[in-house]
Amino acid sequence: MVDRLLGRPRDRETVPADPSPGVDPRDAVWARVQLARNPRRPHTLELVSHITDAFVELHGDRLFGDDGAMVGGPARIDGRRVMIVGHQKGADTDENIRRNFGMSKPEGFRKAIRLFELAERLGLPVVTFVDTPGAYPGAEAEERGVADAIARSIGAMTRLRVPIITLITGEGGSGGALAIAAGDVVVALENAVYAVISPEGCASILWRTTEKAPDAALAMRMSAQDQAELGVVDRVVPEPGEGAHVDAAETGRRLRAVILEELDKLAALSPDELVAKRGGRYRVFGAFDDLGINEPGPGGAERPGLADRLRRALEPMGKSVGDALGGRTGREARDARNTLDGRDPRESRDAREAREGRDGRDEPPAREEV
Amino acid sequence: MPLTLPFRPRRETYPPDMWTKCPSCSEMLFNKHLEKNLRVCGTCGHHFRISAKARLDQLLDAGSFRERDEGLASRDPLGFVDSKPYADRLVAAQLATGRRDAASWGFGAIGGRRVAICALDFGFMGGSMGSVVGEKVTRAAEGAFVERVALIVVSASGGARMQEGTLALMQLVKTIGALERLRAAGLPYISVLADPTTGGVFASFAALGDVNVAEPKALIGFAGARVSAGTIAEELPPGFQRSEFLFSHGFVDRIVTRADLRDELALLLALLGPAGATDATTGSVRRG
Repeated sequence: MVDRLLGRPRDRETVPADPSPGVDPRDAVWARVQLARNPRRPHTLELVSHITDAFVELHGDRLFGDDGAMVGGPARIDGRRVMIVGHQKGADTDENIRRNFGMSKPEGFRKAIRLFELAERLGLPVVTFVDTPGAYPGAEAEERGVADAIARSIGAMTRLRVPIITLITGEGGSGGALAIAAGDVVVALENAVYAVISPEGCASILWRTTEKAPDAALAMRMSAQDQAELGVVDRVVPEPGEGAHVDAAETGRRLRAVILEELDKLAALSPDELVAKRGGRYRVFGAFDDLGINEPGPGGAERPGLADRLRRALEPMGKSVGDALGGRTGREARDARNTLDGRDPRESRDAREAREGRDGRDEPPAREEV
Repeated sequence: MPLTLPFRPRRETYPPDMWTKCPSCSEMLFNKHLEKNLRVCGTCGHHFRISAKARLDQLLDAGSFRERDEGLASRDPLGFVDSKPYADRLVAAQLATGRRDAASWGFGAIGGRRVAICALDFGFMGGSMGSVVGEKVTRAAEGAFVERVALIVVSASGGARMQEGTLALMQLVKTIGALERLRAAGLPYISVLADPTTGGVFASFAALGDVNVAEPKALIGFAGARVSAGTIAEELPPGFQRSEFLFSHGFVDRIVTRADLRDELALLLALLGPAGATDATTGSVRRG
């Protein structure tokens, strides 16, 4: 049953269609935003209690303090040791005040970095739980360098030599979410959302009123299903019943099965391959055309093209980075990734598209070679 | 080759104003003098925002800049529509600025020393980072990596471009990943923070310079001051999110006026840049 529900990655049938027929798509996405923010939705520590057999929470960033909005520590799942890092919202007002409503301060991100680096040293795969409205936007966060902390946390993730599985379980709010979301594989619960800015923030800037937040949520395509379409999310996990809040234990069981499956897949890669493949995953994001205007300039002719030289220079890091040069949309990026994944290295994208009856006519060539 | 337009940008169809009022000291400044003074108020030292082109002209040795990837143009991946379609906003910004997007990168020389440099243009949709800006910053870092030269990125941006959704967010990881590879290759990266540098741009490549250099009184911060004041209802300290605030909290190495910036970068490159590049080292010492 669980297997059927979980399905295989990116297997469309297993994920309920979005939106449901006859429902205004704006209402549909807004309903998901409300579900993602539902205070009864299981948060990180509750999910961890269902997913892991053992977990010890570690505290403090060793620099300033301990951030209740970010939790983590070593854990065991089905006999496998991992490092957990996640945002933590509160279940009620008291806890939310202590947890700062899941909005991390710099010390939270620095605690995450500390745990990432500990995991790397001990060879523990990392599992991150993303559920935050965003990083804390107050003065003290700026004083202690919240932007620096986020950037360094992302940097730590890009070079980490152990597998990283990212689970977006609720709200994926902008940079504060991304700080711990740059995983090898990004999994989202069905009613999770992910966006570059809160829909209210987007609406207040572009529509000049927060009342247009549902329009902004739709325009940003922030539902898990849309994010999977864009290639930002690799895999969507269905929630029980009306949402994760009706059965936290079952939600945990489903996530646990996905974590184990992804851990097995990533275990096949060497640390070098992991880092190169992760770099490739993020290198290809972007949708642009190259109109092919390059001033040759003096000396330009005698040098080989930049892409060729890069490819050669990066050869030891694996082929993903060199291959990844070029703007691709989510689907192309995902296809490229699947190929690099070793899911089916012999089958070219054209062959696969032909097999799937897709001719890619809506996708003009990404760009000319440099 | 600049973007050729079927008609001249509106800005040039009217005779330009002769005078500009300084927003800081209210002095009326004669435009010709203002341009000559690198768009810095001669009375109070207010640094006006400048275009990427002006920035590159000021920083690089004359005629040394060779732009790369000028033809990159965003594809509106989400089909984003607010009060106006994103595609229309892009075209409007292209017409107003004569550029395709908010960043330019290429190779040039500072004091005879070859660098990879990328400059953001606040005039193009607030310098916001979508696919194109992220790609250009990344390619600049990769260009520095391949040619084994130092990297300079001059930021002036409101942050990630909302109209490209999470694909804009992914540019943070993409640019940081390229910087990590540069760092591992032992090449220095100087981040120049101009007014304003906020949001996702500050929380990615702009914060991560081996040396962070800011222009005086530039707005630099993660959350917009209005967001902070609005959501937290917290009293903001004086000079909050200005260069001097960042400096006093240890996130900026140096605050440098625009007139001194070029010499400052030349000296930093001489001291930190990879050995072997052509050289014009000065013997000066900089403190303060």
